[in-house]
Amino acid sequence: MTTVERVREEAAHIGAQPAAGQESGLTGDTVDLRVLKGVPGGAPEEVAYQVPMVTGMVVLDAVHYVQHNLDTDLACRWNCKAAKCGSCSAEVNGHPVLMCKTRIDELPAGPVVVHPLKTFPLIKDLVTDVSRNYEINREIPQFTPAPGDEGPWRIQQVDIDRLYEYRRCIECFLCQDVCHIMRSHHYADRFYGPRFFVRVASLEMHPKDVLNRVDQTRTDGGLGYCNITKCCTEVCPEHIHITDNAIIPLKERNADRHWDPVRFVGRFLRGERPAGDGTQQGH
Amino acid sequence: MTPEPYDVIDRDVLVIGAGGAGMRAAIAAAEAGCSVAVFTKSLLGKAHTVMAEGGIAAGLGNVDADDSWEVHFADTMLGGQLLNNWRMVELYAHEVVDRVYELERWGGLFDRTPDGRIMQRAFGAHSWKRLAHVGDRTGLELIRTLQDRMVHTPGADVFMEYTLTALLKDGDRVSGAIGYNRNDGRFVVVRCGAVVLGSGGWGRMYRYTSNSWESTGDGAAIAYDAGADLLDMEFVQFHPTGMVWPPGARGILVTEAVRGEGGLLFNSEGARFMLEYDPVKKELSSRDVVARSIYKEVKAGRGSPHGGAFLDVRHLGAERIKRKLPSMYEQFHALASIDITRQPMEVGPTIHYTMGGVRVDAETGATTVAGLYAGGEVAGGLHGANRLGGNSLGDILVFGLRAGAAAADFAMSRRREPKNIDERQVTQEQQALLRPLDQGENGASPGENPYKLHEELQAVMQDDAGIGRSEESLQRALAAIQELRARAAHMRVSGGRVLNPGWHTCRDVSNMLTISEAIVRCALERRESRGSQWRFDHLDQSEELGQVNFVSRRDGEAMRVEAVPLEPLPERLRPLLERSRFYDPAKLPKGYMTARPARAGRKAG
Amino acid sequence: MATQTAPGALITEPHAGVGLQGRLRTAPWWLLPLTVVSVLGAFTVYAIWTAFFSGGVNQAGPYLSPFYSPLIWATGPITPALWVLWSPLLFRATCYYYRKAYYRSFFWDPPACAVGELRYREYRGEAHFPLFLNNLHRFFLYAVLVVTGFLWYDVFLAFWDPKTGHVQLGLGTFIMLGNVTLLSLYTFGCHSLRHLSGGGLDCYSQGRFGMARFRAWSAVTVLNLRHAMWAWLSMFSVVLTDIYIHMLRAGWFIDPHVVF
Repeated sequence: MTTVERVREEAAHIGAQPAAGQESGLTGDTVDLRVLKGVPGGAPEEVAYQVPMVTGMVVLDAVHYVQHNLDTDLACRWNCKAAKCGSCSAEVNGHPVLMCKTRIDELPAGPVVVHPLKTFPLIKDLVTDVSRNYEINREIPQFTPAPGDEGPWRIQQVDIDRLYEYRRCIECFLCQDVCHIMRSHHYADRFYGPRFFVRVASLEMHPKDVLNRVDQTRTDGGLGYCNITKCCTEVCPEHIHITDNAIIPLKERNADRHWDPVRFVGRFLRGERPAGDGTQQGH
Repeated sequence: MTPEPYDVIDRDVLVIGAGGAGMRAAIAAAEAGCSVAVFTKSLLGKAHTVMAEGGIAAGLGNVDADDSWEVHFADTMLGGQLLNNWRMVELYAHEVVDRVYELERWGGLFDRTPDGRIMQRAFGAHSWKRLAHVGDRTGLELIRTLQDRMVHTPGADVFMEYTLTALLKDGDRVSGAIGYNRNDGRFVVVRCGAVVLGSGGWGRMYRYTSNSWESTGDGAAIAYDAGADLLDMEFVQFHPTGMVWPPGARGILVTEAVRGEGGLLFNSEGARFMLEYDPVKKELSSRDVVARSIYKEVKAGRGSPHGGAFLDVRHLGAERIKRKLPSMYEQFHALASIDITRQPMEVGPTIHYTMGGVRVDAETGATTVAGLYAGGEVAGGLHGANRLGGNSLGDILVFGLRAGAAAADFAMSRRREPKNIDERQVTQEQQALLRPLDQGENGASPGENPYKLHEELQAVMQDDAGIGRSEESLQRALAAIQELRARAAHMRVSGGRVLNPGWHTCRDVSNMLTISEAIVRCALERRESRGSQWRFDHLDQSEELGQVNFVSRRDGEAMRVEAVPLEPLPERLRPLLERSRFYDPAKLPKGYMTARPARAGRKAG
Repeated sequence: MATQTAPGALITEPHAGVGLQGRLRTAPWWLLPLTVVSVLGAFTVYAIWTAFFSGGVNQAGPYLSPFYSPLIWATGPITPALWVLWSPLLFRATCYYYRKAYYRSFFWDPPACAVGELRYREYRGEAHFPLFLNNLHRFFLYAVLVVTGFLWYDVFLAFWDPKTGHVQLGLGTFIMLGNVTLLSLYTFGCHSLRHLSGGGLDCYSQGRFGMARFRAWSAVTVLNLRHAMWAWLSMFSVVLTDIYIHMLRAGWFIDPHVVF
């Protein structure tokens, strides 16, 4: 090992001030960052910032650089910066993404254009009002085991394996943003949206849950409005197959109850109550 | 100056923070019949709890039948170097089992054993496989479960994206809090019978941290301002494995579950160095030991290219890695372009957790100020000098519940008393908050940029009050903090009150300065190396210091640090220590256990 | 909640635009819809031609075109394809994958993700007539499962020389076999089948046939992951098989084969 290498390694120890230009990862390039800035009614417009490029830089890093050095009141939401909390959703070059996960070196050359989520009301700059999503969550009945079934439970892994995918959701609301029923048709008052179909699916398929939320999901949740065009699946940063594994199974469960004369006759012959009784059997 | 207009919110109990502790407290208080307001700086469900990956430590004994609350108690006490509040540990080890089953009953998922019980995994310094988990995203599962439970609990209302900046007092008792709506800048005053702090820790004053922007220690700082004691502030945990490259990702956590599942640490010469530093627990030694080992390897010139160690899981096979560590796979793939099934990870220590916090009563979470309760990371005492992995998710459930229930009791018993708000306190706080926006006062001077002050504070804390400390470095840090505090009086930001992050950062910086001062002052007093505190100038443990906790308290405008004697472990609990697999009478932490002669007639375990 | 919103008032101009917003993206969003429209359109035209205007049953030697299988009333006044063709056509028309494809490409609802839409009429989706009839997908699945049985029978027949009764292997045999394999991979990856085979259960480990249905569901899931690919490949293979048999029937060349 040469002396230079040794010195450099020693200088790179944890906690030390990084040696300029070495550990800082500056590449010498400049990012042309353009952020939509403004408040509702105040004609938001794109503001261009020059940000020094750093190895592995993500869009959120660039926005932070602007906040620290160029424009302290540029607003954005973020928390974990590790793609685990789902706060920093925005539209980069027209695509709904998490800013903390969008590497600038993987974007096409040219300006990096950052806009807020278009579906939700603007508050300021990159921050939008997503409170409607939390109201929808309150409308969905919570997990409900059979009365008196207190546990500790024996649950087989095979029965909950498929639920993991739904529970991965970090509530970034990119799917709610991209869904054309929310985005173009503004049906937030009659349509739960992909995130909450995932939520309903996770509850419906839980082996210990005894409620049935399928009818409510059709009537209040507007399940029928979904025309399975899969944009939600495409933007999901957690790679949840929202359409195939949550929405379509719910549509099929709905078909079981209302679009299947064979089952209807079967239920009638067995003397069961008609569909819409709001219960189902746990094990 | 006339008081600015403000909104008033009236509730029995105010919960500050909507992570695991805050939400569990809110559920408990609402179930006790109280009206509850939960205030969070972020959106609901984004709190730092989501970052917890490994699991919840609980002596269920599902995988290793020898495990029990007693062994869990022993491991936690030994891990904390016997500086823990033993009563808290006892309650914790007892009750965390119920809290885990409660989560399951509320719809939370856990990995299962072949016979359908909750699966448990091995973790650093735990005697047995103890961590109930779901893959490597247990925190997300916990927060989602609590979130769903809370929003469906009548009486609990959530106020998202508010910052509460000061507690209001009616005489000696807390009667509410003041703050502002981050989105529109309007002031808000909460009037309540009791306050629960569930506001988490403070990692943001360090440069390399796994903490989110929220972890600025607001809860501890406003409690301190209101006269509460802060305990054990010198103990700041470095997680041994954070990402070190690329620069933007530096500090992001690499879960201990990677080692729990069998990941191995190597230096640049390909040697498995943990065999040397801790031949018994190896990679699964306690976090302080592993973090220091990596630090020493790097210092000795055997670090990885970007100043860390190599963490290798390739021998586990791609299938198992993707099943058990899916979010780590994704994280390295997305942020560092590394496929961990084919390449080793580069990792180094990162600030992770703060053991210290508001001094509380073990049973109720009551602080030294009437009407103020605390639970979770913001409270001190449970973890002593070092926290074991998996004990934080349990902590927030057990003590969130206890603090919430006790606060509800307190508020209910005083329901008939008037809740008085002192307008003078409100106006004073408003003035302090608005100062950075006041452009006129300082004339032509642009004032200090809060972000720059924050960066400087981070440099000071990282370099001089970080993983290794000395009298000299700590004195340097203290002087720097005092200088920064003087400059912080002149912080100025552009823009208005509508969602202005620069303005928000001003208060964060003052809070972090308060907390940093407490960390440094306590670290100066603790002239020994114990747990997460590593003093280059005092490498050994001291028997004398092993019998005290340091308490920081506000004395006018000054901070006073005082040594408070520990209550020794009672006779009924002493034998339990021997139940830990890592109990070694020759290597007991120095303190009350070693200071006096071993008592005759003590039963061997 | 921190900030309340009137339901439905989710858009504040001007940052939400109306119309196609191609400005911010670099990939041409219209490429995929254009391809889908062209290919699906061509397939429809071809299907109509081969069923109605190609001059009777498309059969040559041991090979029967999948458009005509099973052969019912082969000599009637109406093309025999009509008796069968409705089921695979409706199966595909109500298929969850094809629905995505035509909603995007024909209805432009939406044409691509996050690009806005052209029309702002009242949106009804699949909540109302007629598109809620897509919920009947499973019944077309049942019909197609029967048809698939016949198609496999046709492949079986393609192994026998109709004149001599001996085993034969021709290029057509392999084409028929490949086609029905692709059709089966498509059919058995159906979302409805996935639900019926086991997806509709909440608990596999207990209850009658629970684990068997779990395995069935898992198998369908494997095929379902590539449902779109099988949909396209099987559509092409059907057309290719039909074209091949047309060419044999027109006597352009003789099926290369061996008889044992």
